[in-house]
Amino acid sequence: MIKIIINGKQIKVQPDTTILDAARRNDIYIPTICDDPRLEPYGGCRLCLVQIKGMPRLVSACTTPVTEGMEVETTNDQIERQRRTIVELLLSDHPNDCMVCEKAGDCTLQELAYFYDLRANRFYGERRQYTKKDLNPFIQRDMEKCILCGKCVRVCEEVQGVGAIDISSRGFTAKVTPPFEKDLDCEFCGQCVSLCPTGALMGKEALGRGRQKDVRKVETICPYCGCGCNLTLHVNRDEVVSVSSRPDTVNEGWLCVKGRFGYNFIKSPDRLKTPLIKKDGVFVEASWDEAFQYVADRLIAIKEKNGPDAIAGLSSARCTNEENYLFQKFIRAGIGTNNVDHCARY
Amino acid sequence: MEEKLEGIMSRYQENEGNLISILQDVESEFGYLREDAIYWISERLDVPPAKFYGVATFYAQFHLKPRGKDVITACCGTACHVKGSERLINSLLNELSIPKGEDTSEDLRFTVEKVNCVGACSIAPVIIFNKTVHGKMTPDKLKKEIKTLKGGEQQQVENSE
Amino acid sequence: MKKDISIKVCMGTGGIAAGGVEVMSSFEKALAGAGIKAAVQKNCSMHKVGCRGFCARDVLVDVTINGTKATYQYIKADMVERIVADHIVGGAPVDEWLVKDDYHTFHDKQVKVVLSDCGEVDPEDIDSYISRGGYEATKKVLTTMTPQETIDVIKASGLRGRGGAGFPTGVKWDMAIKAPGPVKYLICNADEGDPGAFMDRSVVEGNPHAVLEGMIIGAYAIGAPYGYVYIRAEYPLAVERLHLAIKQAKERGFLGKKILGKDLDFDIKVKLGAGAFVCGEETALIASIEGKRGQPRAKPPFPVQKGLWGYPTIINNVETLANVPYIMRKGAAWYAGMGTEKSKGTKVFALTGKILNSGLIEVPMGIPLKEVIYDIGGGIEGGRKLKAVQTGGPSGGCIPSSMADTTLDYESLGKVGSIMGSGGMVVLDETDCMVNIAKYFLEFTKSESCGKCIPCRVGTKRLLEILTRITEGKGREGDIDLLETLSSDVKTSSLCGLGQSAPNPVLSTIRYYRDEYEAHIRDKRCPAGVCKDLLTYSIIAEACKGCTACTRVCPTGAITGEKKKPHVLNQDLCIKCGACFETCKFKAIRKV
Repeated sequence: MIKIIINGKQIKVQPDTTILDAARRNDIYIPTICDDPRLEPYGGCRLCLVQIKGMPRLVSACTTPVTEGMEVETTNDQIERQRRTIVELLLSDHPNDCMVCEKAGDCTLQELAYFYDLRANRFYGERRQYTKKDLNPFIQRDMEKCILCGKCVRVCEEVQGVGAIDISSRGFTAKVTPPFEKDLDCEFCGQCVSLCPTGALMGKEALGRGRQKDVRKVETICPYCGCGCNLTLHVNRDEVVSVSSRPDTVNEGWLCVKGRFGYNFIKSPDRLKTPLIKKDGVFVEASWDEAFQYVADRLIAIKEKNGPDAIAGLSSARCTNEENYLFQKFIRAGIGTNNVDHCARY
Repeated sequence: MEEKLEGIMSRYQENEGNLISILQDVESEFGYLREDAIYWISERLDVPPAKFYGVATFYAQFHLKPRGKDVITACCGTACHVKGSERLINSLLNELSIPKGEDTSEDLRFTVEKVNCVGACSIAPVIIFNKTVHGKMTPDKLKKEIKTLKGGEQQQVENSE
Repeated sequence: MKKDISIKVCMGTGGIAAGGVEVMSSFEKALAGAGIKAAVQKNCSMHKVGCRGFCARDVLVDVTINGTKATYQYIKADMVERIVADHIVGGAPVDEWLVKDDYHTFHDKQVKVVLSDCGEVDPEDIDSYISRGGYEATKKVLTTMTPQETIDVIKASGLRGRGGAGFPTGVKWDMAIKAPGPVKYLICNADEGDPGAFMDRSVVEGNPHAVLEGMIIGAYAIGAPYGYVYIRAEYPLAVERLHLAIKQAKERGFLGKKILGKDLDFDIKVKLGAGAFVCGEETALIASIEGKRGQPRAKPPFPVQKGLWGYPTIINNVETLANVPYIMRKGAAWYAGMGTEKSKGTKVFALTGKILNSGLIEVPMGIPLKEVIYDIGGGIEGGRKLKAVQTGGPSGGCIPSSMADTTLDYESLGKVGSIMGSGGMVVLDETDCMVNIAKYFLEFTKSESCGKCIPCRVGTKRLLEILTRITEGKGREGDIDLLETLSSDVKTSSLCGLGQSAPNPVLSTIRYYRDEYEAHIRDKRCPAGVCKDLLTYSIIAEACKGCTACTRVCPTGAITGEKKKPHVLNQDLCIKCGACFETCKFKAIRKV
């Protein structure tokens, strides 16, 4: 452990941590818009500039490793002036349509503008204007709202290993794009959506289905496979409007396309709500007791007539590990056959 | 196309570090970065095409659209700027009827491009006609050179007839 | 009498543009002619040489007969025959084509180290370099000195990075030798991106072996087995000569395995830049060599700790490296004897703009600016008045004529709000508008910003927009203050050197020419008569002879009139291009 001083307070941190990490762990606020502890440091937004005693320039806290005895100041007039200018510059090239923006209430840029009380802007001028719509099924890309923090590009490459997007062009015209500005064509895991600090990337399914303040968050486990990713369902009026996942879970907040975007079946009219039993060639609704009894009777009858090996059990990857354990136990010990298999065996 | 690309790939170790060198060769082979060529190399190197697109649009030397047969490069260095390069460029675009906001004439005959500085400041302003540097340019000299370029083509047509 | 004749033709980019290739072949043809061949050719050698600085006078030709040198200027191919007949055969130089006194005053105050062999050696012939003492430093270093001793000599010489920042080279090398790592890299930064600067191009074109030798010595000092030269693709001739020089050096055993039989392996690869100014920045350059977008990253870690492919890397500028062999040959004390207390040695400048003798010069550090302008440069073109000198390119600032006593060294230039930079020196006269100059540089930095960090990406754009509206007569009260505060914030908060220095041209022009800004904003007037939205062209009827010259150059047909009668200019059609103003021989066009 090494000792550093932040804002006059001595703290102990692991070597190889950055100033920003050290501050986070000690609940000292440093604003940032391009950093995520799960990604490589970027140093692009410059909001986390801090003063280190003995250094001639302000440095970015997200990229600077701590050293023994380092004295850091995270806020002073000079630093706040820089941060304020940076936010103003961002807002001078932003649609600023918060009242209709899906991200309102959950937007880092909005928060910063609020924090710095930016009602008027000293800067104005050309704003990037893009008309092209991306017709992919899952992710709405509104690049006018993009602040080029690069999180989406980094998560796609560093975490997902896909590299479906990159920053193209440079300077003021730089833009996050799929190759040759085509429509996004990827795994649609939506990690990029989960990291986007503004309304530039949004899940299409969630659009217009309720503000963050109206949303009730329900913690659950993803039913799609045995991985057991933690999900947070965003529920509004008893309807799941979007899905997210917390970074402090086993899956570190990362999900796949199914977990993140595959929730519309919940309200599907085709969804089975009671067991059905075929009677005279037609499925008829039944109670669970009725259904269990029917299955048990039939299994016993088959086993008695043809022996246990006439029966095979096929389970599903959408069941939990525990359910799958119980299922094979039931087939092996209950029925008495080793004919048991699983769709995700391969 | 594939044969040419194989030829380019044989000159380099196939890794991401040579991405820019490979793109430079593709540009000089085809005159611009063809989309199908990019996808071919992307697959070969197992580097996502988005990365190629990011690099290709970052550097000024790469072009994603076909360019004119004759490329006229105007130097916009400081010395050329104070000696009137802007006027030369305007008269070039005018003379070659290149539409506003474009750099290539519609018939793919001429491309006019700007370069930051070719380091020939002592003979500013500088215009480069197909890699030949011409110093101390004036609008009159410019017109003469363009005439020669256009004339050269006419003569060829006449000869072939 | 047996004659020893040597002919040297300048074949740098400037020389070739002026017709050097044709001049050279004319000489070959003329010398092969009947009679002449027998008389002289046996004893006559032809050499193409690199830039000798005075490109404005190209093609320059040296004819040396038995040690007596005569230099010709402005030579064209059709003049060669007479030089051969009169001078080479006849022995009488063609006086009217020889350089005049001003050619000598251009050179008198210069002290050449880096450029000492440029224009003398044939850059395409390693023997030519060796015959002037080339590669002796390599032999000396490799056979008699340890790496640490080599670094100590560079330290003692006081050599500082010539790329712009002026970091002591010896200290940098010392950090590299101490940096732990299985592999180290040495990169020569030849990505000379400042508009108005061509020092590195001329050195690589004129004497590429000096750069290679500097790299070999550097590689030995820091223990780097691999080197790269990152050079702009906009310099095709330099690239070609560099490739040739590397090939020749390999053949002679100065590069490759076991150099000079010693325990030193060093190989150099050439990487071409692809047109991005920001790649002159160390971390962006490294990203570019790695095949990525040239986006800088935050330091620390510095390249010397974590550079190319993650290994310790040293990046030195062309001029810095080209100094090294001369320092090793002549000693640290010799080098440190030149210059000022803190800025040692010499510096190469590209002297351009509204100067009479534009070209490449090398002067001792600490020389007063006015000596460069008036003695070496011969004063301002067209007898106009000096207004300012811009140094350091888009990262630098302007030195007003009232401060022409300023000496050229890192410290003094910093004090007046400019920088040494890589050595661009653009001379501005009274017809240059300082707001327009600041706008020009911001236009440059805005389009070269990589876009990674917000202050540079959006800040330079907004600075440029404010400057643009000022030059268009739409400036508002308070714009100067806004420029100043935004400039200061962009400088403080940007990620890399590009953004941190981009506002310098704005700050320095406001500092010395606030009145010009105010004239644009308050009076909607451009005092220098440059900003076209603030100008009106009109025809002075009394002076107009009706020669129709202006009607022919006017691109929009705004000027009409009959022959030999005063013409009329239609303001609605005029796009203020100024073509008529420059064409009129009778000063009948008024520009206000």
